[in-house]
Amino acid sequence: MINAVGREIPEEILKITGKEVFQGSHHFDGYEYKKQGPVTKCVINSNGSKLVDNIHDVLVKCGIKDGMTISFHHHFRDGDYVVNMVMKEIHEMGIKDITISASSLGKAHEPLVEYIEDGTITNIESSGVRGGIGEAISHGKLKGLAIMRSHGGRVRAIESGETKIDIAFIGTPTADEYGNCCGIGGKSDCGVLSYASADADHADKVVAITDCLVPFPNFPAQISMTKVDYVVVVDEIGNPDKIATGAAKPTTDMRKLMMADYCTQFVVNTPYFKDGFSYQTGVGGASIASTISLAKIMKERNIRMRFGVGGLTKPMCDLLQNDQVDVLLDTQDFDLAAVESVKDPRHFPISAGEYANPFNKGAVVNKLDFVILAALEVDVHFNCNVVVGSDGMLTGAQGGHPDTAAGAKCAIVIAPLLQGRIPAICTDVTTVTTPGETVDVVVTDYGIAINPRRQDLIEAMKDVDLPFKTIEELRDIAYSITGEPQKVEFGDRVVGIIESRDGTIMDVVREVKPFEFRSKE
Amino acid sequence: MEIKRPATAGTLESSDCQVMVEAGDGKIDFSLDSAVINQYGNQIRKVVLETLEHLGVTDVKISIVDKGALDCTIKARVEGAIYRSVNQTENLPWGGAIR
Amino acid sequence: MNPNKKRLRRTMMFLNAQKPGLIKDPYIYKPDSIMLDLEDAVAENQKDAARFSLFHALRSIDYRGCERVVRINGLDSPYWKEDIRCSVAGGCDSIRIPKAETKEDVKLVESEVIKAEREFGRPEGSVLIMAAIESARGVLNALEICEASDRLFGIALSGGDYTKDLQTHITGTGIELMGARQHLVIAARAAGVQCFDTVYTDLNNMEGFRQDVETIHLMGFDGKSIINPRQINTVHEIYTPTQKDIVFAEKVVKEIEEKKAQGIGVFTVDGKMIDIAFYDGAKRTINLAKASGVYKGDL
Repeated sequence: MINAVGREIPEEILKITGKEVFQGSHHFDGYEYKKQGPVTKCVINSNGSKLVDNIHDVLVKCGIKDGMTISFHHHFRDGDYVVNMVMKEIHEMGIKDITISASSLGKAHEPLVEYIEDGTITNIESSGVRGGIGEAISHGKLKGLAIMRSHGGRVRAIESGETKIDIAFIGTPTADEYGNCCGIGGKSDCGVLSYASADADHADKVVAITDCLVPFPNFPAQISMTKVDYVVVVDEIGNPDKIATGAAKPTTDMRKLMMADYCTQFVVNTPYFKDGFSYQTGVGGASIASTISLAKIMKERNIRMRFGVGGLTKPMCDLLQNDQVDVLLDTQDFDLAAVESVKDPRHFPISAGEYANPFNKGAVVNKLDFVILAALEVDVHFNCNVVVGSDGMLTGAQGGHPDTAAGAKCAIVIAPLLQGRIPAICTDVTTVTTPGETVDVVVTDYGIAINPRRQDLIEAMKDVDLPFKTIEELRDIAYSITGEPQKVEFGDRVVGIIESRDGTIMDVVREVKPFEFRSKE
Repeated sequence: MEIKRPATAGTLESSDCQVMVEAGDGKIDFSLDSAVINQYGNQIRKVVLETLEHLGVTDVKISIVDKGALDCTIKARVEGAIYRSVNQTENLPWGGAIR
Repeated sequence: MNPNKKRLRRTMMFLNAQKPGLIKDPYIYKPDSIMLDLEDAVAENQKDAARFSLFHALRSIDYRGCERVVRINGLDSPYWKEDIRCSVAGGCDSIRIPKAETKEDVKLVESEVIKAEREFGRPEGSVLIMAAIESARGVLNALEICEASDRLFGIALSGGDYTKDLQTHITGTGIELMGARQHLVIAARAAGVQCFDTVYTDLNNMEGFRQDVETIHLMGFDGKSIINPRQINTVHEIYTPTQKDIVFAEKVVKEIEEKKAQGIGVFTVDGKMIDIAFYDGAKRTINLAKASGVYKGDL
C-alpha cells in the first residue's frame, strides 16, 4: 500500500506489525486511547535493601528469560558501558530472543553485533543504529525487524503499551540505595535522564546502575525511587570524556559559516523572530555558528528568547549565562558546559515525553518557533532522510528530527548541497524519515529553498536579499555537477521499518545488495 | 596507444581517485573500488571506457580506487596514468584525444 | 581590446590545480578571479598530472563568472610551453607568468599564447596575460613589463620571493614591501593596467589582514591575492564603496556635468572643493559600486 509520502509499504509488513501506513502528520490529532501501566511490585518492607551485588544477580531477580524486552537510554552517548555490560551478562547466561528497546544505539555498542549474529538479540527498537549494528541489520543478520523511532515516537510506543518493557536498565551518574537517580553529581555526569523517564514509568522491572552511590535521599531525583526495583553499583558506567565532551570550537570553515549566515538571516526575517520566541538547534558546525550570530542580532535588536530546548550545547547555555533567554528545557547534554548548566535554576530537565510525544495532551515541540536541523538527504518534496546512508546502510538516527519538524512553526534544514559526490538534494530520498509537509526551509551553500506549502514564508522573504531558489533548481545544480546518481539497489527482504511519530509506517528499509555493474548496452 | 610500463596517477584524498594501469591481456580489464559505487559505479565505468576509447587504448589492466571524484577528475587521472605509462609529457592532443 | 581586460579583480584566489576537492566549486565563495596553480603548489613529479586536472576542470566546471587564471611554471622550467597549450586549449581566461623580470619574458609567453590560440581555435586575443613580479630586477623593469603586451591586464607583487631577493623577509609590518608596492602601483598606473598586492599568509590574524588590505587599498592597488576563502569578505568589504561614498560620487558627477554646462570650473560639494579633476575618480567609484553589485542609483 502507498502511504502519504508516496512510499510503498508491503502488505506483509502491515500484517506482521499490525500497523497502518503513514497518512499525514496530523492524522491522529484528537485520537483517544488508554495508556498501559506496568506491573508494580509493592515494597512495604522497611528492612529490605534494593542494592544488588552485580548485574548477573539482578537479572536473576528480575526473572530474565528468553524473549524479553530490555530497555536502555543513550545519555552516555559514545562513552556508554551499560548496554554492553548488561548484554554481555545476558549472553553469558544463555538467554536468547531478546528485544532491545533503546532510545538510541551508537558506535560504543559494536559488541552487540556478535549477539545479533548468534540470536541473543532478535529485535531492535531504536532511534538510531550507527556503525556495526547498522551494517549487521542492513545485511539481514537481525532475525526480526528493526523498528526505527523518533524520541517522541518511542515514548508513544511505551506509553500506549505497543512496546512492553520487561526490564529497564537506567545507567545513572548518581543513585542512592533506594533508587533515586540523578544525572549530575557523580564521576560521569550526563546532565539529565530524559530518555529514561518513560522506561521508569512503564517497565515491569526497573534497575538503576550507577558508579557513584550517594546517601539517601538523592534529591531532586530525576528518576524517582518509587519506580525503581533494584540498584546495582559498578566500577564505571561510562567514559566521562565521551559522555560530555569539551565544547566544540566554533567552526572556521567558510562554507559552514556561509550557510550559518543564510540561516540566521532567514530566521531574523520571519515574523516569528520577535521578543519571546523559542528556538532549538543541533550540534552541527553550521547550526552552532548560526546560533552564535543569532545571539548577536538578538542583542542588537533587544530581542529575548523565551525558551531554548533540545539537546543542549555551550552556545545555548551561553544565552542563559548572558541573560538572553529566560529558560532552557533540557532533553540531553552534549558538552561539559551543558552539564554544568543543569545546576542553574532556570535550566529544566524535561522528559522525552514532555519534549516530543505526539500522543499526550501536548508536548514542548508544539510550542516551538524555530528548529534548525541537519539531514543526509532532502528530496524535491522536502522529505528528509536521516537514517539510511548513501550506501544503503542504516547509519543515522531519527532523534527528535520528525518531532521538532512537525511541531515547529519554522523548521529549517541546513545541508551542504554535495556530501562528497553525493547530492544531498535529490529527486527522491533513499528512505523517508521526516515527511516533507513538516519541513519548511532548506539552506544549502548554493542557495535557500522554501517549501511551496509555506506561501506565508515566501511572502515574508519577498524583499530579502538572499539566494532563494526552488528545491528543483538546487537539485538540478547538484546533478549538473555530480551527474545524476542512480538509486541504491536493495534486496527484497525488509529488515527494518521507519516508524512515524504516530506509530504508522513512514517507510521500509531493505537488505543491502552488493553492487553489480549493469551489463553493457 | 600501447601501454609500455605500469603507471599510477591521482591520490586517495576525498574527491580524488587513484588510477593504476599496466599492460593487459589483449582486452580492457577494469576494476573499481568506490565510496559511491551504488550511485555512480556505472557512470564511472562509462567515463573510463570512453576515455580509453578516445585515447585509442584497447589493451590495458586498469584499476581505480575512487573517493567520490567527479567525471572530470576521473578522466584526468585515467589520462594521467596512461600518458605516464607511455612516457609522453609534451605535445599532447588537448581537445583531440583528450576531451 | 578584450572586454575582460579591465574587469573587477578585487580578490584573486590561489588554488592548487592538483587538488580535485578544492577546484570543483571554489566559486561559491565568490572571488573575482581564481588562480589555478601549476607552479609552486604542484610537486615536481606531478606537473604532468596537474595539467590533465586543469584541462578537464576548465572544460567541464562552470565557474559562474569567476575569471579563470592559470599560473604556469617559470620560463626557466621545461614545463611552461605545454602549460600554455593545455591552459589555452582548456579555455582559460588568463595566464599568469611567474617571476617576470623583463619585457622579453612577456613577449615570449605572448608568442606561445598566440600559437596556442591558433592551434586550438580560440579567438585571437581571447587569452589575457598578467605578470607576477618576484625580484628586484622585476620591480625595476615593471614599466616595460606592463607595456610589453596589449594582452597584459596587470602585474602582481609576489612578496615572499621578492623579499628573499632583497635579502630580507616578510615581517608583517609591510616595511620590507614598501618600495616594491609603491613602484608597482606607479608603473601600473603609468601604463594604464591593474596592480595586485601579495598574499597574506597568517590566516589566524584577521585583524592584521584587515590592516594590510586597508593599507594597500589606500596605496591604490586594484586587488589582492588571497590564499583562503575566509579572506574574501574582508577584501570585498574594504573595496566596495560605502553608500556614503556612492552618494558623494553621484553628486560630484552630476554637479560637474551641470556646472560644466554653466561654464563653472570650481565649486563645493558637501563642503569639499571639487573641480574637473575629480570626475574620473567619482566615475570609478560608481563603476566599482556597480561591479560590486551595490549600486542602486541611475547613473
